[in-house]
Amino acid sequence: MGEAVKKLDNVVIICRCNDVTVNDIKKAIEMGIDDFELLRKYLRLGFGPCQGRSCIVLAARIFARASGKKIDEVLSNYRVRPPIVPVSARYFTRGAEA
Amino acid sequence: MIGKCSSCFMKVNGLPNVKTCREPVKDGLVIERQAGWISPDTNNEESSSVELREIDVDVLVVGGGPAGLSAALKASEYGLDVAVVDEHFKIGGQLLKQTHKFFGNVELFGGMRGFQIAEEYSKKLKSSEKIRVLTRSVVYGVFRGGLVGVIGENTHYVVKPKVVVGSTGAAERYLDFLNNDLPGVVGAGGVQTIMNEYGVKPGESALVVGSGNVGLIVAYQLLQAGVAVRAIVEILPEVGGWFVHAAKVRRYGVPILLQHTVKAVYGDGRVREVEVVAVDENFNPVPGSEKRFKVDLVLLAVGLEPDTRFFSQCGAVMKWSPELGGLVPLRTLDLETSVRNLYIAGDASGIEEATTAIMEGQIAALSAVSKLADRSKAGRAEEEMEKICKFLWEDYRTSPVLARARRGKQLVTVSREEMEKIRVTYPPRVSFG
Repeated sequence: MGEAVKKLDNVVIICRCNDVTVNDIKKAIEMGIDDFELLRKYLRLGFGPCQGRSCIVLAARIFARASGKKIDEVLSNYRVRPPIVPVSARYFTRGAEA
Repeated sequence: MIGKCSSCFMKVNGLPNVKTCREPVKDGLVIERQAGWISPDTNNEESSSVELREIDVDVLVVGGGPAGLSAALKASEYGLDVAVVDEHFKIGGQLLKQTHKFFGNVELFGGMRGFQIAEEYSKKLKSSEKIRVLTRSVVYGVFRGGLVGVIGENTHYVVKPKVVVGSTGAAERYLDFLNNDLPGVVGAGGVQTIMNEYGVKPGESALVVGSGNVGLIVAYQLLQAGVAVRAIVEILPEVGGWFVHAAKVRRYGVPILLQHTVKAVYGDGRVREVEVVAVDENFNPVPGSEKRFKVDLVLLAVGLEPDTRFFSQCGAVMKWSPELGGLVPLRTLDLETSVRNLYIAGDASGIEEATTAIMEGQIAALSAVSKLADRSKAGRAEEEMEKICKFLWEDYRTSPVLARARRGKQLVTVSREEMEKIRVTYPPRVSFG
């Protein structure tokens, strides 16, 4: 936890759930990631408890600018999977026998 | 911020990732800070058992804001069984924090304050035997066979609806600037939750980012609550919101800095200072134009994004719409998406306002009635729907303040014939009915 707090100094955060920064995204694009879904999987953008409700559009804009693609093209393969909101795992482990 | 993001997540009674913006205070509640990665507490023994319940309904309404409540009420008036699911402990959605008066004619709640409209709907819904309201409950996904998973307090519901009205609302936009994760950087809607709904003063001095109606109204509300508003910054060369709201804050001497944006915030552990910068016509910062303000709050009122994840998961065909704030599903005039019997209404269908959300909710519900009710009721519902559609498109939405949203909604509305073709090309993953 201490490390995460330190990391928050002087950075621009894009994904608050997983502490993904603008620099993380830029570095990943420089590394050759040329697909937004791949970028999401690599950085876990939108994989946190808010499920991308803050970060996806910001990240897609940065990716669109860097790749010269349009934002609708960037998001065309965007997939959403359940659970679409954070839920406690106990709901799936208990009560199933009812 | 408004119940959609992760900004307010804290550990509550040992359970991480709890949205504290919607957690009611109880005796013995243990709240701990949460920063960065958390490790789940596997020793957390919640003794209460989980009940599994199956529910069959005619109409499932996802989200109890203005669109959802009007849809539920309308469907129930025609005799349909309705279940409304809402995450909050009180229904009303964003209406709950709207302490300002609505404009327009009395039939559309003109002259009433947002939270009063929510109270009125709440009363009507509770007195209806046809409507079941599930508060503190979330829809977490949709599954084969058109089953919808809902988690409520100690209950796991599996809902089998004939029709779903998705009125899932919107999330506040976030902004990228230096140290944007410092506590004190908040959504304008988040501040409205804290201040208007819970009656807590959010800080001492604030800077508001964005001069749309939300930014202007919240700036005025901050002043009323005794918070000093140092400035409002707007990246565009003109004020985004209505003149009447801008005039109110200007009368208090709050400067509105046009063509300015936030460059950074500074502080040790929380916001102490904000740095703003002028931008040129291409939105690039002008070096040397930086100004600093001593504030403990930076409010982001930079727009909303439709929360359409539920529709995406269902496999509804989506389109990016800058006018409407993001990805939204294509729909017919009666608001059915490419997933048969899945309707959309309110801000989820594209950012607009509460009054249009109410009308959209009614249209969606009436279309559902026309499919599910007996012939005489169906006929009446169709007539009423056409009347509301006509008023919405040809009267209400012709107001210049809704021109952009109207254009956006036109671009994502297709005919029933076109929708049938889309359904063949992009078959949805689930179907209801």
